[in-house]
Amino acid sequence: MDQNIVIAAYLLVAGLFVYGLKMMAHYRTARRGNFVSAIGMAIAIVFTLLARDDSGVWAVSGKDGWTFVIIAAVIGSGVGLFLAVTVRMTGMPQMVAMFNGFGGLASALVVFSECFKHWGARGDSDPVHMSVAIGISTLIGWVTFWGSLVAFARLQEFLLSGRPTLFKFQKIVNFAALGAVILLIVLWGMFPAAKLLIIPIAVIASALGVMFTIPIGGADMPVIISLLNSYSGLAACATGFVLKNPGLIIAGSLVGSSGIVLTRIMCIGMNRSLVNVLFGGVGAIVVAPGGGAGGDKRVTSWTAEDAAMCLEDSSLVFIVPGYGMAVAQAQHAVKELSDLLEERGVQVKFGIHEVAGRMPGHMNVLLAEAEVPYEKLCDRSETNSELDRADAVIVLGANDVVNPAARHDKGSPIYGMPILDVDKARTVMVMKRTLNPGFAGIDNELFYQDNTAMVFGDGKKTISDIIAVLRQ
Amino acid sequence: MALPLILAITIFVLAMLLGLEIITKVPTQLHTPLMSGSNAISGVTIIGALLAAGAGGALGGTFGLLAVVAAMINVVGGYLVTDRMLRMFKKR
Repeated sequence: MDQNIVIAAYLLVAGLFVYGLKMMAHYRTARRGNFVSAIGMAIAIVFTLLARDDSGVWAVSGKDGWTFVIIAAVIGSGVGLFLAVTVRMTGMPQMVAMFNGFGGLASALVVFSECFKHWGARGDSDPVHMSVAIGISTLIGWVTFWGSLVAFARLQEFLLSGRPTLFKFQKIVNFAALGAVILLIVLWGMFPAAKLLIIPIAVIASALGVMFTIPIGGADMPVIISLLNSYSGLAACATGFVLKNPGLIIAGSLVGSSGIVLTRIMCIGMNRSLVNVLFGGVGAIVVAPGGGAGGDKRVTSWTAEDAAMCLEDSSLVFIVPGYGMAVAQAQHAVKELSDLLEERGVQVKFGIHEVAGRMPGHMNVLLAEAEVPYEKLCDRSETNSELDRADAVIVLGANDVVNPAARHDKGSPIYGMPILDVDKARTVMVMKRTLNPGFAGIDNELFYQDNTAMVFGDGKKTISDIIAVLRQ
Repeated sequence: MALPLILAITIFVLAMLLGLEIITKVPTQLHTPLMSGSNAISGVTIIGALLAAGAGGALGGTFGLLAVVAAMINVVGGYLVTDRMLRMFKKR
Protein backbone atom coordinates (compact mmCIF):
# COMPACT_ATOMS: atom_id res chain seq x y z
CA MET A 1 0.00 0.00 0.00
CA ASP A 2 1.13 3.52 -0.76
CA GLN A 3 2.99 5.05 2.17
CA ASN A 4 1.09 8.30 1.71
CA ILE A 5 -2.20 6.56 2.31
CA VAL A 6 -0.81 5.01 5.50
CA ILE A 7 0.39 8.41 6.72
CA ALA A 8 -3.00 9.92 5.91
CA ALA A 9 -4.62 7.11 7.92
CA TYR A 10 -2.36 7.86 10.89
CA LEU A 11 -3.37 11.51 10.69
CA LEU A 12 -7.01 10.47 10.83
CA VAL A 13 -6.20 8.23 13.80
CA ALA A 14 -4.46 11.09 15.61
CA GLY A 15 -7.52 13.24 14.97
CA LEU A 16 -9.80 10.57 16.42
CA PHE A 17 -7.60 10.28 19.53
CA VAL A 18 -7.64 14.05 20.08
CA TYR A 19 -11.38 14.25 19.52
CA GLY A 20 -11.99 11.21 21.74
CA LEU A 21 -9.91 12.60 24.59
CA LYS A 22 -11.69 15.93 24.33
CA MET A 23 -15.07 14.21 24.50
CA MET A 24 -13.91 12.27 27.55
CA ALA A 25 -13.57 15.47 29.53
CA HIS A 26 -17.38 15.92 29.63
CA TYR A 27 -20.04 13.70 31.18
CA ARG A 28 -22.42 13.47 28.31
CA THR A 29 -19.87 12.61 25.70
CA ALA A 30 -17.35 10.64 27.74
CA ARG A 31 -18.43 7.15 26.78
CA ARG A 32 -18.69 8.01 23.09
CA GLY A 33 -15.28 9.66 23.35
CA ASN A 34 -13.75 6.40 24.51
CA PHE A 35 -15.46 4.64 21.63
CA VAL A 36 -14.15 7.18 19.11
CA SER A 37 -10.65 6.66 20.43
CA ALA A 38 -11.06 2.85 20.20
CA ILE A 39 -12.11 3.19 16.56
CA GLY A 40 -8.96 5.22 15.99
CA MET A 41 -6.94 2.37 17.47
CA ALA A 42 -8.67 -0.17 15.22
CA ILE A 43 -7.91 1.94 12.14
CA ALA A 44 -4.28 2.26 13.22
CA ILE A 45 -3.96 -1.52 13.55
CA VAL A 46 -5.65 -2.28 10.21
CA PHE A 47 -3.57 0.20 8.23
CA THR A 48 -0.35 -0.94 9.86
CA LEU A 49 -1.13 -4.50 8.80
CA LEU A 50 -2.00 -3.38 5.27
CA ALA A 51 1.24 -1.44 5.07
CA ARG A 52 3.17 -4.51 6.17
CA ASP A 53 1.54 -6.65 3.59
CA ASP A 54 3.46 -4.91 0.81
CA SER A 55 6.90 -5.68 2.10
CA GLY A 56 5.84 -9.29 2.14
CA VAL A 57 7.75 -11.50 4.49
CA TRP A 58 6.84 -11.90 8.12
CA ALA A 59 9.77 -12.60 10.32
CA VAL A 60 9.27 -15.67 12.34
CA SER A 61 8.66 -18.13 9.55
CA GLY A 62 8.18 -16.44 6.22
CA LYS A 63 4.59 -16.07 5.10
CA ASP A 64 3.33 -18.16 8.00
CA GLY A 65 4.36 -15.28 10.23
CA TRP A 66 0.80 -14.02 9.90
CA THR A 67 -0.36 -16.95 11.96
CA PHE A 68 2.06 -16.10 14.75
CA VAL A 69 1.06 -12.45 14.77
CA ILE A 70 -2.60 -13.39 14.94
CA ILE A 71 -1.94 -15.88 17.72
CA ALA A 72 0.00 -13.24 19.67
CA ALA A 73 -2.77 -10.67 19.15
CA VAL A 74 -5.45 -13.16 20.23
CA ILE A 75 -3.52 -14.12 23.38
CA GLY A 76 -3.01 -10.46 24.30
CA SER A 77 -6.64 -9.55 23.61
CA GLY A 78 -7.84 -12.56 25.58
CA VAL A 79 -5.78 -11.67 28.63
CA GLY A 80 -6.85 -8.01 28.40
CA LEU A 81 -10.49 -8.99 28.02
CA PHE A 82 -10.35 -11.40 30.94
CA LEU A 83 -8.69 -8.89 33.26
CA ALA A 84 -10.99 -6.04 32.25
CA VAL A 85 -14.17 -8.05 32.74
CA THR A 86 -13.25 -9.78 35.98
CA VAL A 87 -11.63 -6.93 37.92
CA ARG A 88 -13.74 -5.56 40.75
CA MET A 89 -14.30 -1.85 40.97
CA THR A 90 -12.21 -1.70 44.13
CA GLY A 91 -9.31 -3.24 42.24
CA MET A 92 -9.39 -0.56 39.55
CA PRO A 93 -6.24 1.35 40.57
CA GLN A 94 -4.01 -1.71 40.38
CA MET A 95 -5.58 -2.78 37.11
CA VAL A 96 -4.86 0.60 35.51
CA ALA A 97 -1.28 0.34 36.83
CA MET A 98 -0.97 -3.13 35.34
CA PHE A 99 -2.23 -2.15 31.86
CA ASN A 100 0.08 0.80 31.99
CA GLY A 101 3.00 -1.50 32.69
CA PHE A 102 2.16 -3.67 29.69
CA GLY A 103 2.15 -0.56 27.47
CA GLY A 104 5.63 0.32 28.67
CA LEU A 105 6.79 -3.28 28.25
CA ALA A 106 5.47 -3.38 24.68
CA SER A 107 7.38 -0.21 23.78
CA ALA A 108 10.55 -1.58 25.36
CA LEU A 109 10.22 -4.87 23.45
CA VAL A 110 9.58 -3.07 20.16
CA VAL A 111 12.89 -1.23 20.38
CA PHE A 112 14.65 -4.44 21.47
CA SER A 113 13.37 -5.98 18.30
CA GLU A 114 14.43 -2.95 16.27
CA CYS A 115 17.89 -3.07 17.78
CA PHE A 116 18.44 -6.77 17.05
CA LYS A 117 16.64 -6.79 13.74
CA HIS A 118 19.62 -6.34 11.47
CA TRP A 119 22.25 -7.62 13.83
CA GLY A 120 25.65 -6.43 12.65
CA ALA A 121 24.25 -4.81 9.52
CA ARG A 122 25.21 -1.22 8.86
CA GLY A 123 22.17 -0.21 6.91
CA ASP A 124 20.88 2.61 9.14
CA SER A 125 20.85 5.93 7.36
CA ASP A 126 21.38 7.94 10.57
CA PRO A 127 22.83 5.56 13.15
CA VAL A 128 23.35 8.24 15.82
CA HIS A 129 19.71 9.24 15.87
CA MET A 130 18.74 5.55 15.94
CA SER A 131 20.96 4.51 18.82
CA VAL A 132 20.06 7.54 20.95
CA ALA A 133 16.35 7.08 20.24
CA ILE A 134 16.55 3.37 21.03
CA GLY A 135 18.44 4.18 24.24
CA ILE A 136 15.86 6.73 25.41
CA SER A 137 12.98 4.47 24.47
CA THR A 138 14.56 1.55 26.33
CA LEU A 139 15.04 3.74 29.39
CA ILE A 140 11.45 5.05 29.51
CA GLY A 141 9.90 1.71 28.56
CA TRP A 142 11.58 -0.33 31.28
CA VAL A 143 11.12 2.38 33.92
CA THR A 144 7.39 2.39 33.09
CA PHE A 145 7.14 -1.39 33.23
CA TRP A 146 8.94 -1.90 36.54
CA GLY A 147 7.49 1.25 38.10
CA SER A 148 3.99 0.04 37.24
CA LEU A 149 4.71 -3.40 38.66
CA VAL A 150 5.82 -1.85 41.96
CA ALA A 151 2.71 0.38 41.99
CA PHE A 152 0.60 -2.71 41.31
CA ALA A 153 2.25 -4.62 44.16
CA ARG A 154 1.80 -1.67 46.53
CA LEU A 155 -1.89 -1.25 45.66
CA GLN A 156 -2.60 -4.96 45.81
CA GLU A 157 -0.57 -5.07 49.03
CA PHE A 158 1.24 -7.99 47.46
CA LEU A 159 4.81 -8.24 48.83
CA LEU A 160 4.70 -4.51 49.63
CA SER A 161 2.66 -2.67 52.26
CA GLY A 162 1.22 0.81 51.86
CA ARG A 163 4.21 2.34 53.59
CA PRO A 164 7.12 3.75 51.64
CA THR A 165 10.15 1.49 51.41
CA LEU A 166 13.27 3.48 52.12
CA PHE A 167 16.89 2.46 52.14
CA LYS A 168 20.12 4.25 52.92
CA PHE A 169 21.65 6.57 50.33
CA GLN A 170 18.50 6.10 48.24
CA LYS A 171 18.71 9.45 46.50
CA ILE A 172 22.42 9.12 45.79
CA VAL A 173 21.96 5.62 44.36
CA ASN A 174 19.02 6.78 42.20
CA PHE A 175 20.88 9.76 40.82
CA ALA A 176 24.00 7.70 40.20
CA ALA A 177 21.95 5.11 38.31
CA LEU A 178 20.19 7.79 36.28
CA GLY A 179 23.55 9.42 35.51
CA ALA A 180 25.01 6.07 34.46
CA VAL A 181 22.16 5.32 32.11
CA ILE A 182 22.35 8.76 30.47
CA LEU A 183 26.10 8.30 30.08
CA LEU A 184 25.53 4.95 28.38
CA ILE A 185 23.03 6.49 25.96
CA VAL A 186 25.51 9.27 25.10
CA LEU A 187 28.25 6.66 24.60
CA TRP A 188 25.98 4.70 22.33
CA GLY A 189 25.34 7.85 20.31
CA MET A 190 29.11 8.19 19.89
CA PHE A 191 29.60 4.52 19.00
CA PRO A 192 26.36 3.49 17.29
CA ALA A 193 27.73 0.08 16.33
CA ALA A 194 27.93 -1.02 19.99
CA LYS A 195 24.43 -2.46 19.97
CA LEU A 196 24.97 -4.59 23.05
CA LEU A 197 24.83 -1.37 25.11
CA ILE A 198 21.07 -1.83 25.05
CA ILE A 199 21.39 -4.59 27.65
CA PRO A 200 23.04 -2.57 30.47
CA ILE A 201 20.68 0.31 29.65
CA ALA A 202 17.66 -1.99 30.03
CA VAL A 203 19.00 -3.48 33.27
CA ILE A 204 19.74 -0.13 34.91
CA ALA A 205 16.41 1.29 33.67
CA SER A 206 14.57 -1.64 35.27
CA ALA A 207 16.37 -1.05 38.56
CA LEU A 208 15.54 2.66 38.31
CA GLY A 209 11.87 1.88 37.73
CA VAL A 210 11.81 -0.09 40.98
CA MET A 211 13.97 2.32 43.00
CA PHE A 212 12.02 5.41 41.95
CA THR A 213 8.69 3.87 42.87
CA ILE A 214 9.33 1.99 46.13
CA PRO A 215 9.85 5.11 48.28
CA ILE A 216 6.41 6.35 47.27
CA GLY A 217 3.79 5.40 49.83
CA GLY A 218 0.15 4.49 49.41
CA ALA A 219 -1.11 8.01 50.08
CA ASP A 220 0.87 9.38 47.13
CA MET A 221 -0.40 6.73 44.72
CA PRO A 222 -2.73 9.08 42.76
CA VAL A 223 0.33 11.10 41.75
CA ILE A 224 2.50 8.16 40.80
CA ILE A 225 -0.27 6.41 38.87
CA SER A 226 -0.86 9.48 36.73
CA LEU A 227 2.87 9.97 36.30
CA LEU A 228 3.41 6.39 35.15
CA ASN A 229 0.51 6.86 32.76
CA SER A 230 2.31 9.82 31.30
CA TYR A 231 5.53 7.76 31.02
CA SER A 232 3.82 5.00 29.09
CA GLY A 233 2.76 7.62 26.53
CA LEU A 234 6.27 9.01 26.34
CA ALA A 235 7.60 5.47 25.88
CA ALA A 236 5.31 4.99 22.89
CA CYS A 237 6.41 8.39 21.60
CA ALA A 238 10.11 7.49 21.90
CA THR A 239 9.36 4.26 20.05
CA GLY A 240 7.83 6.43 17.34
CA PHE A 241 11.17 8.24 17.00
CA VAL A 242 12.92 4.88 16.59
CA LEU A 243 10.49 3.62 13.95
CA LYS A 244 10.12 7.12 12.43
CA ASN A 245 6.39 6.62 12.72
CA PRO A 246 4.31 9.83 13.02
CA GLY A 247 1.26 7.97 14.36
CA LEU A 248 3.19 6.72 17.37
CA ILE A 249 4.82 10.09 18.00
CA ILE A 250 1.52 11.97 17.99
CA ALA A 251 -0.52 9.52 20.07
CA GLY A 252 2.35 8.93 22.49
CA SER A 253 2.92 12.59 23.18
CA LEU A 254 -0.82 13.22 23.61
CA VAL A 255 -0.89 10.65 26.40
CA GLY A 256 2.42 11.93 27.76
CA SER A 257 1.28 15.52 28.08
CA SER A 258 -2.28 14.82 29.21
CA GLY A 259 -0.78 12.57 31.89
CA ILE A 260 1.35 15.48 33.02
CA VAL A 261 -1.77 17.65 33.35
CA LEU A 262 -3.44 15.04 35.54
CA THR A 263 -0.27 14.60 37.59
CA ARG A 264 -0.21 18.36 38.19
CA ILE A 265 -3.84 18.36 39.35
CA MET A 266 -2.96 15.61 41.85
CA CYS A 267 0.13 17.49 43.05
CA ILE A 268 -1.94 20.64 43.64
CA GLY A 269 -4.42 18.54 45.62
CA MET A 270 -1.57 17.64 47.96
CA ASN A 271 0.14 21.01 47.87
CA ARG A 272 3.37 19.30 46.90
CA SER A 273 5.67 19.61 43.98
CA LEU A 274 6.36 16.60 41.83
CA VAL A 275 9.99 16.59 42.96
CA ASN A 276 8.78 16.44 46.54
CA VAL A 277 6.52 13.45 45.85
CA LEU A 278 9.26 11.62 43.96
CA PHE A 279 11.99 12.20 46.51
CA GLY A 280 10.14 13.20 49.69
CA GLY A 281 9.25 9.77 51.04
CA VAL A 282 6.38 11.13 53.15
CA GLY A 283 5.04 8.53 55.51
CA ALA A 284 8.48 7.63 56.73
CA ILE A 285 7.99 10.50 59.14
CA VAL A 286 6.71 9.08 62.38
CA VAL A 287 5.08 11.67 64.56
CA ALA A 288 6.03 11.18 68.18
CA PRO A 289 3.05 10.15 70.31
CA GLY A 290 1.65 13.08 72.26
CA GLY A 291 3.05 15.48 69.67
CA GLY A 292 0.37 16.94 67.37
CA ALA A 293 -2.62 17.68 69.52
CA GLY A 294 -0.89 19.09 72.56
CA GLY A 295 -1.06 16.22 75.01
CA ASP A 296 -4.80 16.20 75.67
CA LYS A 297 -5.68 13.06 73.75
CA ARG A 298 -9.18 12.18 74.85
CA VAL A 299 -11.60 11.00 72.24
CA THR A 300 -15.35 10.66 72.32
CA SER A 301 -16.47 7.20 71.31
CA TRP A 302 -19.93 6.61 69.88
CA THR A 303 -21.96 3.54 69.12
CA ALA A 304 -24.01 3.02 65.95
CA GLU A 305 -27.13 4.04 67.94
CA ASP A 306 -25.61 7.41 68.87
CA ALA A 307 -24.62 8.00 65.28
CA ALA A 308 -28.05 7.06 63.96
CA MET A 309 -29.78 9.44 66.38
CA CYS A 310 -27.50 12.28 65.41
CA LEU A 311 -28.06 11.67 61.70
CA GLU A 312 -31.83 11.52 62.08
CA ASP A 313 -31.85 14.94 63.73
CA SER A 314 -29.80 16.56 60.99
CA SER A 315 -31.02 18.45 57.97
CA LEU A 316 -27.78 18.42 55.96
CA VAL A 317 -25.29 15.56 56.18
CA PHE A 318 -21.99 15.33 54.33
CA ILE A 319 -20.30 11.99 53.76
CA VAL A 320 -16.55 12.23 53.20
CA PRO A 321 -15.17 8.95 51.86
CA GLY A 322 -11.53 7.87 51.65
CA TYR A 323 -9.54 4.80 50.83
CA GLY A 324 -11.02 3.06 53.88
CA MET A 325 -14.37 2.98 52.10
CA ALA A 326 -12.76 1.13 49.21
CA VAL A 327 -11.07 -1.37 51.50
CA ALA A 328 -14.25 -2.06 53.43
CA GLN A 329 -16.26 -2.15 50.15
CA ALA A 330 -18.72 0.08 51.95
CA GLN A 331 -19.96 2.05 48.93
CA HIS A 332 -23.23 0.11 48.56
CA ALA A 333 -24.00 0.37 52.27
CA VAL A 334 -23.26 4.10 52.07
CA LYS A 335 -25.68 4.48 49.18
CA GLU A 336 -28.36 2.64 51.16
CA LEU A 337 -27.80 4.89 54.17
CA SER A 338 -27.97 7.99 52.02
CA ASP A 339 -31.27 6.85 50.44
CA LEU A 340 -32.73 6.04 53.84
CA LEU A 341 -31.78 9.45 55.23
CA GLU A 342 -33.20 11.21 52.18
CA GLU A 343 -36.49 9.37 52.69
CA ARG A 344 -36.60 10.89 56.16
CA GLY A 345 -36.03 14.37 54.78
CA VAL A 346 -32.33 14.65 55.52
CA GLN A 347 -30.29 16.10 52.70
CA VAL A 348 -27.19 14.00 52.01
CA LYS A 349 -24.17 15.10 49.98
CA PHE A 350 -20.75 13.64 49.37
CA GLY A 351 -17.57 15.64 49.83
CA ILE A 352 -14.86 14.36 47.50
CA HIS A 353 -11.25 15.40 47.84
CA GLU A 354 -9.31 15.05 44.60
CA VAL A 355 -6.60 12.89 46.17
CA ALA A 356 -8.88 10.70 48.29
CA GLY A 357 -8.18 7.08 47.46
CA ARG A 358 -5.40 5.54 45.47
CA MET A 359 -5.90 6.97 42.00
CA PRO A 360 -7.35 10.13 40.50
CA GLY A 361 -11.13 10.11 40.87
CA HIS A 362 -11.11 6.82 42.82
CA MET A 363 -14.04 7.72 45.11
CA ASN A 364 -16.19 8.88 42.22
CA VAL A 365 -15.81 5.53 40.49
CA LEU A 366 -16.80 3.59 43.59
CA LEU A 367 -19.80 5.81 44.32
CA ALA A 368 -20.87 5.62 40.69
CA GLU A 369 -20.71 1.84 40.97
CA ALA A 370 -23.09 2.06 43.91
CA GLU A 371 -25.31 4.31 41.77
CA VAL A 372 -25.02 7.44 43.85
CA PRO A 373 -26.27 10.25 41.56
CA TYR A 374 -23.35 12.42 40.62
CA GLU A 375 -25.23 15.63 41.44
CA LYS A 376 -24.70 14.59 45.05
CA LEU A 377 -20.93 14.46 44.67
CA CYS A 378 -19.33 17.79 45.55
CA ASP A 379 -15.73 18.68 44.84
CA ARG A 380 -13.47 20.26 47.43
CA SER A 381 -14.47 23.91 46.98
CA GLU A 382 -18.21 23.16 46.81
CA THR A 383 -17.95 21.02 49.92
CA ASN A 384 -16.00 23.60 51.87
CA SER A 385 -18.47 26.34 51.02
CA GLU A 386 -21.31 24.27 52.49
CA LEU A 387 -19.66 22.51 55.42
CA ASP A 388 -20.39 25.22 57.99
CA ARG A 389 -24.10 24.65 57.32
CA ALA A 390 -23.78 20.89 57.75
CA ASP A 391 -25.25 19.37 60.90
CA ALA A 392 -23.22 16.22 60.63
CA VAL A 393 -20.31 14.86 58.68
CA ILE A 394 -19.48 11.18 58.30
CA VAL A 395 -15.78 10.69 57.66
CA LEU A 396 -15.54 7.20 56.27
CA GLY A 397 -12.02 5.89 55.93
CA ALA A 398 -10.54 9.27 55.04
CA ASN A 399 -7.74 10.68 57.13
CA ASP A 400 -5.13 13.11 55.84
CA VAL A 401 -7.59 14.98 53.60
CA VAL A 402 -9.57 16.05 56.68
CA ASN A 403 -6.67 16.77 59.04
CA PRO A 404 -6.94 20.39 60.28
CA ALA A 405 -3.19 20.36 60.99
CA ALA A 406 -2.76 21.02 57.27
CA ARG A 407 -4.24 24.49 57.87
CA HIS A 408 -2.21 25.71 60.82
CA ASP A 409 0.51 23.32 62.02
CA LYS A 410 3.66 24.38 60.21
CA GLY A 411 5.51 21.39 61.64
CA SER A 412 3.14 18.87 60.10
CA PRO A 413 4.31 17.05 56.98
CA ILE A 414 0.99 17.82 55.32
CA TYR A 415 1.00 21.54 56.20
CA GLY A 416 -0.45 23.59 53.34
CA MET A 417 -2.33 20.73 51.74
CA PRO A 418 -5.83 21.86 50.80
CA ILE A 419 -8.25 19.88 52.97
CA LEU A 420 -11.97 19.44 53.48
CA ASP A 421 -12.81 21.58 56.52
CA VAL A 422 -15.03 18.99 58.17
CA ASP A 423 -14.22 20.35 61.63
CA LYS A 424 -16.46 23.34 60.77
CA ALA A 425 -19.57 21.15 60.76
CA ARG A 426 -21.64 20.86 63.95
CA THR A 427 -20.83 17.20 64.53
CA VAL A 428 -18.15 15.06 62.93
CA MET A 429 -18.38 11.29 63.05
CA VAL A 430 -15.18 9.51 62.15
CA MET A 431 -15.62 5.88 61.20
CA LYS A 432 -12.39 4.04 61.55
CA ARG A 433 -11.08 0.71 62.75
CA THR A 434 -8.68 2.05 65.36
CA LEU A 435 -7.03 5.29 66.38
CA ASN A 436 -3.92 4.32 64.44
CA PRO A 437 -2.67 6.95 62.06
CA GLY A 438 -3.48 6.14 58.43
CA PHE A 439 -1.35 5.17 55.48
CA ALA A 440 0.76 8.29 55.68
CA GLY A 441 1.46 7.75 59.39
CA ILE A 442 0.44 11.25 60.50
CA ASP A 443 -1.60 11.75 63.65
CA ASN A 444 -4.91 13.50 63.10
CA GLU A 445 -5.97 16.17 65.61
CA LEU A 446 -9.51 16.07 64.24
CA PHE A 447 -10.11 12.92 66.30
CA TYR A 448 -9.55 14.78 69.57
CA GLN A 449 -11.81 17.75 68.94
CA ASP A 450 -14.89 18.41 71.05
CA ASN A 451 -17.31 18.14 68.14
CA THR A 452 -15.79 14.89 66.91
CA ALA A 453 -17.04 11.43 67.81
CA MET A 454 -15.24 8.25 66.84
CA VAL A 455 -17.28 5.26 65.74
CA PHE A 456 -14.82 2.38 65.80
CA GLY A 457 -15.20 -0.69 63.63
CA ASP A 458 -15.25 -1.91 60.07
CA GLY A 459 -16.72 0.81 57.84
CA LYS A 460 -19.23 -1.39 56.10
CA LYS A 461 -20.43 -3.00 59.32
CA THR A 462 -20.76 0.35 61.10
CA ILE A 463 -22.84 1.79 58.27
CA SER A 464 -25.02 -1.35 58.17
CA ASP A 465 -25.52 -1.12 61.93
CA ILE A 466 -26.64 2.49 61.60
CA ILE A 467 -29.06 1.50 58.85
CA ALA A 468 -30.45 -1.27 61.09
CA VAL A 469 -30.99 1.20 63.95
CA LEU A 470 -32.71 3.70 61.64
CA ARG A 471 -35.02 0.97 60.32
CA GLN A 472 -36.20 -0.08 63.78
CA MET B 1 8.83 5.12 6.68
CA ALA B 2 11.14 8.04 5.99
CA LEU B 3 10.59 10.81 8.50
CA PRO B 4 13.36 13.38 8.90
CA LEU B 5 14.36 13.91 12.53
CA ILE B 6 13.57 17.62 12.52
CA LEU B 7 10.06 16.89 11.27
CA ALA B 8 9.63 14.20 13.92
CA ILE B 9 10.63 16.69 16.62
CA THR B 10 8.21 19.28 15.22
CA ILE B 11 5.36 16.77 15.33
CA PHE B 12 6.37 15.78 18.87
CA VAL B 13 6.39 19.34 20.21
CA LEU B 14 3.09 20.24 18.56
CA ALA B 15 1.40 17.07 19.84
CA MET B 16 2.70 17.71 23.38
CA LEU B 17 1.26 21.23 23.30
CA LEU B 18 -2.02 19.91 21.96
CA GLY B 19 -2.18 17.35 24.79
CA LEU B 20 -1.64 20.06 27.39
CA GLU B 21 -4.36 22.12 25.73
CA ILE B 22 -7.18 19.55 25.39
CA ILE B 23 -7.26 18.47 29.00
CA THR B 24 -7.30 21.50 31.20
CA LYS B 25 -10.62 21.43 32.99
CA VAL B 26 -11.86 17.98 33.80
CA PRO B 27 -14.48 17.34 36.48
CA THR B 28 -13.06 15.19 39.31
CA GLN B 29 -15.58 12.47 38.50
CA LEU B 30 -13.95 11.89 35.15
CA HIS B 31 -10.34 11.76 36.33
CA THR B 32 -10.19 7.98 36.51
CA PRO B 33 -11.89 7.22 33.18
CA LEU B 34 -9.79 9.86 31.45
CA MET B 35 -6.60 8.43 32.87
CA SER B 36 -7.62 4.92 31.97
CA GLY B 37 -8.73 6.02 28.48
CA SER B 38 -5.47 7.80 27.76
CA ASN B 39 -3.68 4.73 29.08
CA ALA B 40 -5.48 2.69 26.44
CA ILE B 41 -4.25 5.15 23.81
CA SER B 42 -0.68 4.55 24.94
CA GLY B 43 -1.29 1.02 23.66
CA VAL B 44 -0.84 2.62 20.22
CA THR B 45 2.61 1.12 20.52
CA ILE B 46 0.80 -1.88 18.99
CA ILE B 47 1.66 -0.21 15.66
CA GLY B 48 5.33 -0.58 16.51
CA ALA B 49 4.76 -4.09 17.79
CA LEU B 50 3.08 -5.20 14.56
CA LEU B 51 5.86 -3.66 12.50
CA ALA B 52 8.47 -5.31 14.72
CA ALA B 53 6.78 -8.71 14.57
CA GLY B 54 7.10 -8.53 10.82
CA ALA B 55 10.70 -7.38 10.90
CA GLY B 56 13.69 -9.43 9.82
CA GLY B 57 15.49 -11.90 12.05
CA ALA B 58 14.25 -14.54 14.45
CA LEU B 59 15.34 -12.58 17.53
CA GLY B 60 13.78 -9.32 16.33
CA GLY B 61 10.60 -11.11 15.28
CA THR B 62 10.27 -12.90 18.63
CA PHE B 63 10.60 -9.68 20.60
CA GLY B 64 8.06 -8.21 18.22
CA LEU B 65 5.56 -10.99 18.89
CA LEU B 66 5.97 -10.58 22.65
CA ALA B 67 5.40 -6.86 22.15
CA VAL B 68 2.17 -7.64 20.28
CA VAL B 69 0.93 -9.66 23.26
CA ALA B 70 1.79 -6.92 25.77
CA ALA B 71 0.38 -4.12 23.63
CA MET B 72 -2.89 -5.96 22.97
CA ILE B 73 -3.37 -6.50 26.72
CA ASN B 74 -2.96 -2.75 27.13
CA VAL B 75 -5.29 -1.86 24.26
CA VAL B 76 -8.14 -4.31 24.86
CA GLY B 77 -7.97 -4.16 28.66
CA GLY B 78 -7.59 -0.38 28.68
CA TYR B 79 -10.59 0.39 26.47
CA LEU B 80 -12.86 -2.17 28.13
CA VAL B 81 -12.07 -1.07 31.68
CA THR B 82 -12.64 2.54 30.69
CA ASP B 83 -15.95 1.67 29.11
CA ARG B 84 -16.98 -0.26 32.22
CA MET B 85 -16.36 2.78 34.36
CA LEU B 86 -18.03 5.23 32.00
CA ARG B 87 -21.07 3.01 31.74
CA MET B 88 -21.63 3.50 35.47
CA PHE B 89 -21.44 7.25 35.13
CA LYS B 90 -23.93 7.25 32.30
CA LYS B 91 -26.59 5.14 33.95
CA ARG B 92 -28.54 8.11 35.11
